[in-house]
Amino acid sequence: MTSHNTATPNRWRRFDDWDERPLRLDKFAAEDPENGFSAFAGANDPAPALTIEDGAVTSMDGVSAADFDMIDLFIARHHLDPEIAEEAMALPSESVARMLVDMHVPREELTWLARGMTPAKLAEVVAQLSAVELTFAYSKMRARKTPGNQGHVTNAKDDPLQLAADAAIAVALGFDEIETTMRVSRNSWSNALACCVGSAVGRAGTLFQCSSEEAEELEIGMSGFTSYAETVSVYGTENAFIDGDDTPWSKAWLTSAYASRGIKMRCTSGAASELLMGFHEAKSLLYLEARCLCMQRAMGSQGTQNGGIDGAPLATTMPGGVRELLAENLLAVWLDLECASGNDARHSESEIRVGAKILPYLIAGSDLICSGFGTILKYDNSFNPSSFNGEELEDFLVLQRDFEADGGLKSIEESEALAVRRQAVSALTAVFDELGLSMPDPAMQQSVVVASGSDDTDSYSPGEVTEISEKIRTKLITVVDVINALAKRGFKEEADNLLFLVKLRVSGDYLQTSAVVRDLHILSAINDPNDYLGPGTGYRPSEERRKELAAIREVLDRKEVLRAEAAYKAAEEGRIRYRTMGAADPGAEPSEVVVGLSPGFGKDLFRTLAGHPLSAVVAALREGIEEAGGRARFIRFNHTADTSFLGLSAAGLAGSGVGIGLQSKGTAVIHHKDRLPHNNLELFSNAPITTLAHYRAFGCNAAAYAKGNLPEPVVVPTRGEALGARFHARAALIYAVETALTEDGGVPEELEITSLEAAK
Amino acid sequence: MSKSDLTAADYPLAERRPELVRGARGKALEDLTIEAIASGDVGMEDLRITPNALRQQAAIARSAGREALARNFEKAAELAEIPQEEIMAFYELLRPGRAAEKQILLDAAIRLRDTFNAPLAAAFFEEAADVYERRGLFKFRY
Repeated sequence: MTSHNTATPNRWRRFDDWDERPLRLDKFAAEDPENGFSAFAGANDPAPALTIEDGAVTSMDGVSAADFDMIDLFIARHHLDPEIAEEAMALPSESVARMLVDMHVPREELTWLARGMTPAKLAEVVAQLSAVELTFAYSKMRARKTPGNQGHVTNAKDDPLQLAADAAIAVALGFDEIETTMRVSRNSWSNALACCVGSAVGRAGTLFQCSSEEAEELEIGMSGFTSYAETVSVYGTENAFIDGDDTPWSKAWLTSAYASRGIKMRCTSGAASELLMGFHEAKSLLYLEARCLCMQRAMGSQGTQNGGIDGAPLATTMPGGVRELLAENLLAVWLDLECASGNDARHSESEIRVGAKILPYLIAGSDLICSGFGTILKYDNSFNPSSFNGEELEDFLVLQRDFEADGGLKSIEESEALAVRRQAVSALTAVFDELGLSMPDPAMQQSVVVASGSDDTDSYSPGEVTEISEKIRTKLITVVDVINALAKRGFKEEADNLLFLVKLRVSGDYLQTSAVVRDLHILSAINDPNDYLGPGTGYRPSEERRKELAAIREVLDRKEVLRAEAAYKAAEEGRIRYRTMGAADPGAEPSEVVVGLSPGFGKDLFRTLAGHPLSAVVAALREGIEEAGGRARFIRFNHTADTSFLGLSAAGLAGSGVGIGLQSKGTAVIHHKDRLPHNNLELFSNAPITTLAHYRAFGCNAAAYAKGNLPEPVVVPTRGEALGARFHARAALIYAVETALTEDGGVPEELEITSLEAAK
Repeated sequence: MSKSDLTAADYPLAERRPELVRGARGKALEDLTIEAIASGDVGMEDLRITPNALRQQAAIARSAGREALARNFEKAAELAEIPQEEIMAFYELLRPGRAAEKQILLDAAIRLRDTFNAPLAAAFFEEAADVYERRGLFKFRY
């Protein structure tokens, strides 16, 4: 990987290799509690303590009420329940930590206790849990039973056609919520309308938000385009909060304001935001997060977007940073909040670190595993690249399948993908035309339908989008106009889907904790509560869902392997003829090398794992043997398909005592009749990278052994390819075809092999 | 049945108690149709949540042990019919340094109580006035 020409003589060159790994682009920070760089143990973290007199908090976590900052005040007045506090604070933290991982202690008992605990107490409890305990506790404590996921839908041009198409894809993939934002803030109305239309394609009920400036976001929500919001950020120190231009009271006001408009909302907080804003007070990430989360519950938010969020890349520069993110997410669900558990801002250039970070959430489940999975390509993500993006989407689908863990997503077929994209683009075009906003020409539409990302599109420029957006805003267009336009232009299903979503706000059912929509029904912590009490309880994928998780693209099975072989058969029949000449007898010729073929060789199977026609492999071996002065004889064995036994059996019938065993998949061995079965002379075990030249050299060597020489073994060089991953499924299926053909006492058959034409 | 008797068993209201669900102009869920939109009988106003619905959701949240969430829904019920510009103006007042003195927040509380019949929201403003004074937030920021 590294050019060694410039290597310094006094450096182990492995360090050069390590320097080239993507991991080394990540920068790591030393633990420094005085300067805010500590995940769990800040220099100024207080010890848990609480005094209450006459029902009022007189001191909390070492601060007396007279010295409370506004965050302390908010928590003391609106989070702490004096009726619970005495009992809760008296419990040793270690005991509470054990209760969190005790499957016999119900979730409700713990959420009740949390209402009587101070931030320092909550932090002290979860800090005692290891990564696996945090994961388990998270799985037990999260509010809604069924896990879900949220995706970003944005693009670099703010192109509405692409937004509609990509929103439809996100819906097809199973995202419960989709979130957009803009490159140009004035494009917010266009983004909102476009995603809204796209999200109505295929199925109803995908919640949608448009992240923009507070007042505008609420207005867009009131126009009915969006159904949820998560931009209400809170911070764990007073100065950071004030620099964020808000207070707990102003944020609580917004929390009520969203509810008053029938819009689902959650707050946002995450480790290291205070550090990024320069006001960390030398306190740990976890303790400050505990303050944020107590505040959010106290504000009456149903949930939180939590787990580092924009601060995740900074939090994870520290020792224990990823464990801290798990710990803060556990705090969120322990406080009975819906948790959109971060895993959005990409914290590392290392794909291994990214994959490792998602795993606890995937196996534990989460209300929304990512609070922004990039459904689009990285460069199109206007929030910044996510942990997982359009590029890595199939990796996530396979992780779901590997662990039989429900990450909320499902696979999409090529034809379905194209169909929903086309439908979304057509629907938006109709709405644009009907509402007098714009009329995209067919070439623009087609370029978007097939585009993987905005680099591929020939569509609107950001400036043109601004005009459309301005028209939507000034014409006071609402979702009712959009529904009407869809219905009028024949997009009945999309109109119905959109109306279904907008009607949800009338009852307010989706304002309850952890609400999403599945199969036209609201699912929340009220009617789908997490009831985990040990194995067999809590969320388990249904058999139907298990099959959905398994159904990734391009899966091999026996039928598929035999179909591919059958397709190859005709070509092989034109190249080679195998004639059975009856039972094979031992040979006497001292230069004779027997090539022992497996039972299915040339019968049901016709090429090696490397893709060589078996006729070409036979020819290469024969040429090699003859070139080195040997005589090649071919025998088919029917009692075994094992390479070693094929080789040994062949050697036993060879006049020279040297034989070659050859399987259809290309694995080959040189054997001598006097050796033990698995102690061969030479072996080609890596059939997928074995070339015809290797087989020819193999033949030469076999003939050399026959003469009693000791040739240089043929080495098939590997560059570390994961050959097992690439080939073992096919190898096992092919090999099973061969073993099925074996019969006990099957007689070796002499073969006359004729080359009909040279196959290469 | 009075609204405060609602529990988790009545949830989701749109499915289990649809007779209780009405839009802001009194329309039932079944009346909110594509045809009614096309004919102009249904508009955004009919798709708005009502104070009543928010109080119903508060009762359900409370029955599930979520007191803080219930209180937020009750406060939201008070805000549901306050015009959007007013909501945002009140929000602006609560941001740091926007109100130059305590009395401005106390006046807002009076308005909330007297003009908008929003006693919970008013008390919330009074509490903010007290806290902002203690923490010196009535200072000019830009």
